[in-house]
Amino acid sequence: MGRLSFFFNLLEPLFRLAQRLLGTQKVAWLFVAPNLAVFGVFTFLPIIINFFYAATAGVELMPANRPYSGLDNFETLLKCGDYTDLSTCNKDIFWRAVFNTLKFSLLQVGLMVVFALITALVLNRKIIGRGFWRSVYFYPVLLSPVVVALIWKWLLQSQGAFNAGLVAMDMQPIEWLTVSDWAFFWTIFVSIWAHMGFYTLIILAGLQAIPKDLYEAAEMDRASPWRTLRRITLPLLMPNLIVVLVLAAIKAIQVFDEVFVLTGGGPGSATTFIVQFIYQTGFAEQIQLYGLAAAASLTLAAFLVILTLAQLRLSRADEMGKRER
Amino acid sequence: MAIVKMLTATKGRKRLHWTDVVSYLYLVVGLFVMFAPVLWLVMSSFKTESAIAQFPPTFMPYSQKSVPIEGRTGEFPLYNVPAASGGTQTLAQISRIGIVATMVDPAKPEEKIKVNIKDREPVTELEFAWGNYTDLFGKFTFGKYLWNSVFITVIATLITLLFNSMAAFALSKYRFSGQKAVYLLIIGTLMIPPTIILVPVFLVINEVGLLNSLWGVILPAVATPTGVFLLRQYMLTIPDELIEAARMDHASEWRIYWRIVLPLSAPALAVLAIFSVMWRWNDFLLPLIVLSQNEVFTLQLALNSFQGELNTQWHYLLAMTVITLIPVTLVFAFLQRYITTGIASAGVK
Repeated sequence: MGRLSFFFNLLEPLFRLAQRLLGTQKVAWLFVAPNLAVFGVFTFLPIIINFFYAATAGVELMPANRPYSGLDNFETLLKCGDYTDLSTCNKDIFWRAVFNTLKFSLLQVGLMVVFALITALVLNRKIIGRGFWRSVYFYPVLLSPVVVALIWKWLLQSQGAFNAGLVAMDMQPIEWLTVSDWAFFWTIFVSIWAHMGFYTLIILAGLQAIPKDLYEAAEMDRASPWRTLRRITLPLLMPNLIVVLVLAAIKAIQVFDEVFVLTGGGPGSATTFIVQFIYQTGFAEQIQLYGLAAAASLTLAAFLVILTLAQLRLSRADEMGKRER
Repeated sequence: MAIVKMLTATKGRKRLHWTDVVSYLYLVVGLFVMFAPVLWLVMSSFKTESAIAQFPPTFMPYSQKSVPIEGRTGEFPLYNVPAASGGTQTLAQISRIGIVATMVDPAKPEEKIKVNIKDREPVTELEFAWGNYTDLFGKFTFGKYLWNSVFITVIATLITLLFNSMAAFALSKYRFSGQKAVYLLIIGTLMIPPTIILVPVFLVINEVGLLNSLWGVILPAVATPTGVFLLRQYMLTIPDELIEAARMDHASEWRIYWRIVLPLSAPALAVLAIFSVMWRWNDFLLPLIVLSQNEVFTLQLALNSFQGELNTQWHYLLAMTVITLIPVTLVFAFLQRYITTGIASAGVK
């Protein structure tokens, strides 16, 4: 504590001086300065440079040494001879990554929100030890993606617990992570396992905000549980569910670390997603094509913008609907 | 019938409805799905190298018993073998050619017995291989990785708390032109995930000379919109009269910040600290591009690089994974309440 207060005292003269020069209210600028400096250097500046990278070619990291190339990077990235056949694309791996990401996001978000909703509904009942059960689902949320991937890799490896189970039931062992469809299935499963608890919490908070007297009224009217769910719970939960859907989709589209450690994007390109494409193009490969990676980033950003706009739209539509009702 | 009725009685309602049964069933299955994989990992991490290669695997860390034999060097694995006179005898295997094993009775080491390997059963005992853990500190630069992770987590969290609380103080307790713009600018960065500015961030870190430096991982993320938001919301509830009174007493603005506002914001600071520790300890993508040299690896990077090796040494890898998840599990066990409130109030993790 002594050392801490020494540090704070050290800064005091600086602020006193600023206060004398600027006046009391403007000292605020000095308080936000460190934050803005970090944001400026590591967020705002990179946003601008990103556009620059996307419009230049070559392998140089320094923007000044990179020749202007217009939309070439986007052409390399997106152009296909025949859009019904991926192998005619300039960068078929990028298109595969895009399709994989869309397929992953749809399935992962859909299934996860359904399970999170069911879990939240169960946790919202009068059950014994609710706090304990809630934390059960929350625990994996705190684990690092690398740890999550290793836990499952260990279970799914060819001599792992899952194959032991199959052998015990007199079945053939399966190479879970080197068969395309299985690998894809497990990326979805593992990612739901790791993140479901977070969304369960948000939905649970939404459920607890629904006024209790509505349920009491429904009970008076002898409404069936199913009807109560459809007529009271779900409509009132809608704003909450929209937030959950969009948050989950924004995360799903950026899926990278768990899958990268679990399958490495394989087998082949079966579980390669957009962020992994960016990472490989810009950092992991022998020739580092920063321009192409930046162009891919901007494409990803476009997806995220669309999602955010969709959320605003949906929320507004939901509110309008409520007013009409 | 009376007993069944008593056992199934619940609080509030008279009897266990079928939906209650389904609910509890769902929860128990959930408990298994969520915790069994972690438990399996922890138990496996205590297996010896040979026990880990065994198929089918066991849940508990059993390993084959072995004994020294008089007149020979080393230890020899024990097997149960049906004896000629009926019953079984316990023999140690000294060599094996094809399907025939040569064995001796540890008590009578001169007398060699040939045994078909189909007839023998390994003698196993429960053995916790603590060596998997202790070896880590000698064999690898594991201590270094651990230190790097701890250093990044602690320093980054301290700076995060300082910078974000300063910004939150300015945005909640002052009126200055441009205040709204600054607030929106900071909150707006929530919309820009690190994944989409990866290449230019790499450039910036390279240009300021922080590549392969722990500071290159610490600095880019010390300003977080989540942190500013969380702290500002909390500081808004601190009465302005306190600050006015301090100004009357000629306290400087800096003194007001760290003697009055900071201590009063302790609960919100605690929430942000926990979040920051989790973020930093678990961080992967930024360290992956910034730290490429072995000696600056964090635990997460070390785990990733070990699992990618051709011959993964699972017994060490599993032990390392368990060590990596210990701090997070402790946070979970003791501070979960804070995280839950944090998520509920900010909607972010």
